[in-house]
Amino acid sequence: MKIGGLERNFSEEIKVRMLVFTLFIAVSFSFLILRLWYLQVIKSDELKLQAENNRMRIVPLKAYRGKIFDRNGREIISNRPSFNLSIIPEYIKDLDKILPLIASSVKVDAEKIKRYIKNSSAPFQSVVIKKDISWDEVAFIEEHNLDLAGVFLEIEPMRNYLYGETGSHIFGYLGEITKTQLEGLKVSDYRLGDFVGQYGIEKKYESILKGKRGSKYIEVDVAGRELKVFKQVDPDFGYNLYLTIDIELQKEAERLFEGKNGAVVAIDPKDGSILAMVSKPSFDPNLFAGGVSKTYWSNIINDAYKPLQNRAIQGQYPPGSVFKIVTAAAGLEEGVISPASTIDCHGYFKLGKKNYRCWRKGGHGRMDLRNAIIQSCDVYFYTVGFRLGIDRLSRYAFGFGLGSPTDVDLEGEKTGLIPTEEWKESVKGEPWILGETVSASIGQGFDLVTPIQMANMLAAVANGGTLYKPKIIWKAETTDEKLIKESNSKIKGNLSVSQKTLDIIKDALYGVVTDQRGTGRASNIKGIEVAGKTGTAQVIKMPEMEDKKDEEIPYEFRDHAWFAAFAPYENPMIAVAVLVEHGGHGGSVAAPIAGKLIKSYIEKELRSQGVEGARENRKLEHLNP
Amino acid sequence: MNNKPIFKYQIISNFDWVIFGLTIIISIVGIFTIYSTGGGSGGEPSRIYIKQIYWILYGLMAMLLILFIDYHSLEKLAYILYFMIIVVLIMVAVSGKTVSGARRWLSFAQFAFQPSELAKIVIIITLARYFDDKKIRGFYKIRDLITPAIIVLIPAVLIAKQPDLGTAMVIFFIFISMSFLIGINSRSLFILAGSAIVSLPFLWHFMKDYQKDRILTLINPQADPLGRGYHIIQSKIAIGSGGYMGKGFMSGTQSQLNFLPEKHTDFIFSVFAEEMGFIGALLLIMLYIILIIRGIDVVYHARDRSGSLMAGGVVSMLAFHMIFNIGMTTGMFPVVGIPLPLMSYGGSYLVTTFISIGLLLNIKMRRFVDMG
Repeated sequence: MKIGGLERNFSEEIKVRMLVFTLFIAVSFSFLILRLWYLQVIKSDELKLQAENNRMRIVPLKAYRGKIFDRNGREIISNRPSFNLSIIPEYIKDLDKILPLIASSVKVDAEKIKRYIKNSSAPFQSVVIKKDISWDEVAFIEEHNLDLAGVFLEIEPMRNYLYGETGSHIFGYLGEITKTQLEGLKVSDYRLGDFVGQYGIEKKYESILKGKRGSKYIEVDVAGRELKVFKQVDPDFGYNLYLTIDIELQKEAERLFEGKNGAVVAIDPKDGSILAMVSKPSFDPNLFAGGVSKTYWSNIINDAYKPLQNRAIQGQYPPGSVFKIVTAAAGLEEGVISPASTIDCHGYFKLGKKNYRCWRKGGHGRMDLRNAIIQSCDVYFYTVGFRLGIDRLSRYAFGFGLGSPTDVDLEGEKTGLIPTEEWKESVKGEPWILGETVSASIGQGFDLVTPIQMANMLAAVANGGTLYKPKIIWKAETTDEKLIKESNSKIKGNLSVSQKTLDIIKDALYGVVTDQRGTGRASNIKGIEVAGKTGTAQVIKMPEMEDKKDEEIPYEFRDHAWFAAFAPYENPMIAVAVLVEHGGHGGSVAAPIAGKLIKSYIEKELRSQGVEGARENRKLEHLNP
Repeated sequence: MNNKPIFKYQIISNFDWVIFGLTIIISIVGIFTIYSTGGGSGGEPSRIYIKQIYWILYGLMAMLLILFIDYHSLEKLAYILYFMIIVVLIMVAVSGKTVSGARRWLSFAQFAFQPSELAKIVIIITLARYFDDKKIRGFYKIRDLITPAIIVLIPAVLIAKQPDLGTAMVIFFIFISMSFLIGINSRSLFILAGSAIVSLPFLWHFMKDYQKDRILTLINPQADPLGRGYHIIQSKIAIGSGGYMGKGFMSGTQSQLNFLPEKHTDFIFSVFAEEMGFIGALLLIMLYIILIIRGIDVVYHARDRSGSLMAGGVVSMLAFHMIFNIGMTTGMFPVVGIPLPLMSYGGSYLVTTFISIGLLLNIKMRRFVDMG
C-alpha cells in the first residue's frame, strides 16, 4: 500500500503540471482555430480567387481577319495557317538534348531560348521561340515530337497577300499595335502583341476587317494540362471587303510599270470606281504580316525613292500640258476663244521683256483650238491663259477637281495646288505676276496635282461632266455573304461647262491619239478609240539642259511624263492617268503604258461581257427549245 | 483469485469507448478524404484508400494485441525494446530503403516499414521506465535529466540523420513533455529554456540548407512562390478557398487538380478543409480535442506513475502531431513532414498511432486493478 500511496500522491503531484500541459494544448488549438477562421472566413474571398486563378486559364482565340476581294470576287488577301514553334519551359526536362535536335533543322537562337526558360514569367504558359516556321521545319518537329517534350507547334492565322507587292499601297500592311495606339483607344479588346492595320485599307478599315477575339476558358491542372473547357466563345470572323479594284488590271499595270517610278490610276468613268491604283516603287506586305524585320524596315525607310509613299494620292506633280484641257474649257466657256478662232505660234509668247517658249522651237504656225490641243501648242494656251487671268483659270481648275482632295477612301491624300492671286498674297506675301499666269496656263509654275485628281478629271470629261468621289471600297460582307455595307457612288460636283465645250475638247483629245501630228499617238490601239492628253512636267528649268536628250540629264532633273486618257471614245469604260516620275516625254513614255493598259482592260471586259451574253442566250434557248 | 480470466470485469468496464470510437470515426473520415484525393485529376484512379483501410485493420489488430499486454510488462521489457529499436535504426541507416532522398524504410518481403515511427512508442515506454525507476523525491534537476536525455538523443540523432527531422522533433517534444510531467525544479526549467534559446543559432548552423529554407519560406512564402514557398501557398489557398461550407466532397479544385502537393499524406488536412470548409475543419478539430481531453484524463487517472508517464508521453505525441500538422498546413509552422494522426496516408505511422492509442486504452483499463 505504500506504493499505492505514493502513486496516489503522484496524481496529486502532477495536478498543477497537467493543468499547465492542458492549458498549453488548449492555447495551441485555439490558435489553430483562429488561424482557420482567418484563412477560411476572413481571407476566404481572396484565396478563392487565387484558387480560381490557379485552375482557370483564359486562352485567347485569334479572330480571322476579313478577306479582301476584287471587283470580280477574286481573293486578293486571305489568311493562311502559320506555325509557331513554342515551348512550355516547365515541360522541358533535358534542354541540352532538345536544343541541338531543334537546331539541327530549325534556325533558332539557342541563347534566346535559354533566356526564355530562365525568365518564364507565368508557369506552364507557352512561349513562342520562332514564328511562322517553314513546312520542312514543321515536318521535322512533328516527326521528332516524341523526343521534343515541351516543344510544340501553335497554329495561328497569318495574313497572306496573294499578289505580293501588287497593290501594296492600296492594301497596306499589318503591324504590331503600338503602345501609343493602345493607349489612344478608350475601350478596346486589343492587347499588346496584336497585329493591326498600319497602312492602307488594312488600317483604314481595321474595324471592319478585324473580327472579334474569342476566348476559351479552360480548367488546367498543376501541370498546365487542359482538363476541360468550361466555356468557349468562338472568335467572330472579320467582314470580307470587296474592292472596286480589278486585280488583273492592277497586275497588268504594275507589269507595264516595271522598272519605273510613278503612279497609275484607272477609274471607271461611269461611277468613279477605282479599277487600279499603282504606285512605284512598292513594298511586299507579306514581309510585314508576321512582324517586319529590322533590316527590311530600315531598307524601306531609308530608300531615297520612298516606297511607302502612295504616289497615286500623295505624289504632287505639275500637271504639265494635261492642264491644257482646263485652259481650253475655261477659254471656251469664258468666250476668250472660239473653236474656230486662231492664234499664231512663232515659237514663243512675248510678255514684257520675257519670251515664253513653245516646246516646238520653230513654232506651230496658225493654230485653232483642236490643233492646239492635238499638237499641244504652248503659245496658243499661253495666250488663252493670259486672256483669262489666273483667277478665272484657277476657278475652272478647281471645278475640274484639281487642287483639292478627291476624298478617296484612303488615308493621307494630298491636296495639290492651284494658285490664285489671293493665295499668293496670303501665303507668299507677294503680288501675282502676270508671267505666272502664262506658266500656269500650261500646267507649270505653281500648279501641282496628284495622279488621282488627273484620272478623276479625265473620268469627268469622259462621262459628260460628272465629277465623282472616287471609290475603292465596294461592299463589306459577312463570311456567309450577307451584305453589311455597300458604298454608293457619290457625286462631288460637275465640271460646270457646257456639253458643247466638252464635246469640242473630247474631240480634240481623240485627235491627240489618232491625228498624224497628235502627241499621244503612242497610245493608239487598233479597234479601240482612245482619247487623251500628254503632259511633260518640268521638274526644274535649266537653260543648259534645254537641248539635251533625256538620257544625258541626271535622273532627278528629268521631266515627269504624264498621260491622261479615257476609252472607248463613244461609251467610256475607263479613264487613266499615268505618271512616270522623271520619265521624260509624256507622249513617248507615259502614253504607251496607258494605251496597253486600256487595251488589256477593254478587251477583257468585252470578252467577259460576250461570254455573259452568250450564257444569257443559252439560258433563253434552254427555256424555249 | 483462483480463476484468472484474461480480462477482469473491471478491465472491460473501464474500456474507454469514447477514445476507441473517436479513433474509428477519425480513421473513417481519413479514408474518405484519401478517397477524395485519389478520385480526381483525370489520372488513373488511385487505390490508396483501400491500402489505408488495410492499414487501419492492421492497426486495429495491433491495438487489440497491445490491450492484452499489461503496460507494466511493457515497462519491464523497456530496455530490451529500446536496444532492439536502436539496432533496427542502425540497420536502416546502413541498409535501409531510400525513397525520395530519405533513408527511412526497412522492407521485409513486400512490406516497407519506418522503424522511426515505432521508435516514438519505444522511447515513451523507456522514458516511463527510467523515470519510474529513479523515484527521485521532489523535483528533477538538470543533472538528473542527463541520462534520459542521452536515452532520447541516440535514436533522435539516428532518425534526424535519415533525414526525418519531423519525427526527431516529435521525439524531442515527447522528452520535454515527460520531463515536465515528472517534475523539474523551476530553476532548472528556466536554465533549460534559456539554454534552448541560446542554442537556437547553433541549431541553425547545423541545419541543412533546405531545412533553413523551409523556415525562411514560412516567414515569406511569396519570396519563391513556385519553389520553396509553393507548398505553403497552395495549402493556404486550398484551406482558405474552402470558405465556411467547403467545396464539397471530391470537389476541391486545389486537391483534385493537384495544385496541392503531398495531398494524401502531410497535407490531408488541407484537402479536408478545402472540401468541408471551416465548419468541417472545426468539427474535425473538435474530435481531436475530445481525443486529447480523454487522453489527459487517462494521464490524470492512471493507476500509477508509470501509467501516467506513458499516457502523458502518448498524449503529448498525439497532440504535437495534430498541432504541428495543422499549423503547418495553415502556414504557421515550417513544412516538416509531420503527419496528421489517423488521417494522413501511411502505414507505419497509422499502425503506430493505433498502438499508441491502444497503450492509452490499456492504461485506462487497468487503473483500478490491483496488480498484487
